[in-house]
Amino acid sequence: MTATYCDRAPGEPSTLAEREAQGHPSAFVYTIGLVLAVILTATSFWVANTFLLWGPGVPLGLAVLAIAQMGVHLVFFLHITTGPDNTNNVLALAFGVLIVTVVVAGSLWIMANLSDNMMPPPELMNLHMQH
Amino acid sequence: MNIVVPIHDMRSDALPSISEAGPAPKRIVVAYGFWIFLLSDIVMFGALFAGYAVLVNATAGGPNGAALFNQVTVAIETACLLASSYTCGLMSLAINARHRAATYFWALVTFVLGAAFLALEIREFAHMIASGAAPQRSAFLSAFFTLVGCHGLHVTGGLVWLAVMMAQVAARGFRPAVERRLRCFSLFWHALDIIWVGLFSVVYLMGVAA
Repeated sequence: MTATYCDRAPGEPSTLAEREAQGHPSAFVYTIGLVLAVILTATSFWVANTFLLWGPGVPLGLAVLAIAQMGVHLVFFLHITTGPDNTNNVLALAFGVLIVTVVVAGSLWIMANLSDNMMPPPELMNLHMQH
Repeated sequence: MNIVVPIHDMRSDALPSISEAGPAPKRIVVAYGFWIFLLSDIVMFGALFAGYAVLVNATAGGPNGAALFNQVTVAIETACLLASSYTCGLMSLAINARHRAATYFWALVTFVLGAAFLALEIREFAHMIASGAAPQRSAFLSAFFTLVGCHGLHVTGGLVWLAVMMAQVAARGFRPAVERRLRCFSLFWHALDIIWVGLFSVVYLMGVAA
């Protein structure tokens, strides 16, 4: 308990003492990340090209695979963890994710709504023409 | 390792709180500041993604994604960028170990893979423009070239940065300022790969599957 509290910089690999405690060379962490990322990427390409899956579900599956792979990159390449020394990094990331979600989902929602309202249905157009 | 410490002990002497420990080392402050920049960059890409998603069907009678995208090229580009992210990680391990030859080697591999990605992307763009699918053809193509081109510009900037950093390592060695910049570079490079995951999933694979 002599160590002073210190935040960890984003992207900083685990310290030497931690690595020895785990018994892994730390290149091992990157290799796990690479293997997981390759599996997820290959699955994405398979999902986009297969006829075995229900068509309308494919984009959702691709989105889920992409988010999973982003998580793999964050954990294994950028070393973002849930540990107390990473709280600041995770909070900043959470804020970024919040803004991205609001911008992307909000744009899609508003623009879909707008394009629905911009084009009156044919019967309404006929009604308008009769005046 | 499994000693249970009562709460009051931890507060009194074992772990000083952040305010008692004084300012964080520069290494952490710099990397955290760069992390915030990266997140703002990701927000910008989020806006470009939103624009692309809104305009993806606005092809104005021109070609759509399924007609334009070549999945083999995209797969090779993805492999190049993923492998270069991995070698960039190995480079930062070599930097931690103060191993100069390994640092140069992994930097060179990262650079070559990144340049291969960029060459493939430029070839793809040139091919599309030559076949009449230029940015001014439709709103979909404008959004496509803005989004993917912006990522390509980031990769170009990253390659220049990597070359500059290797020159700094050669001229100045692993002094703390150089090491901080190298750490920021590896953050940047990994973040670019994260953005590419979104790109190949949303733009290319959804475009082909639709």
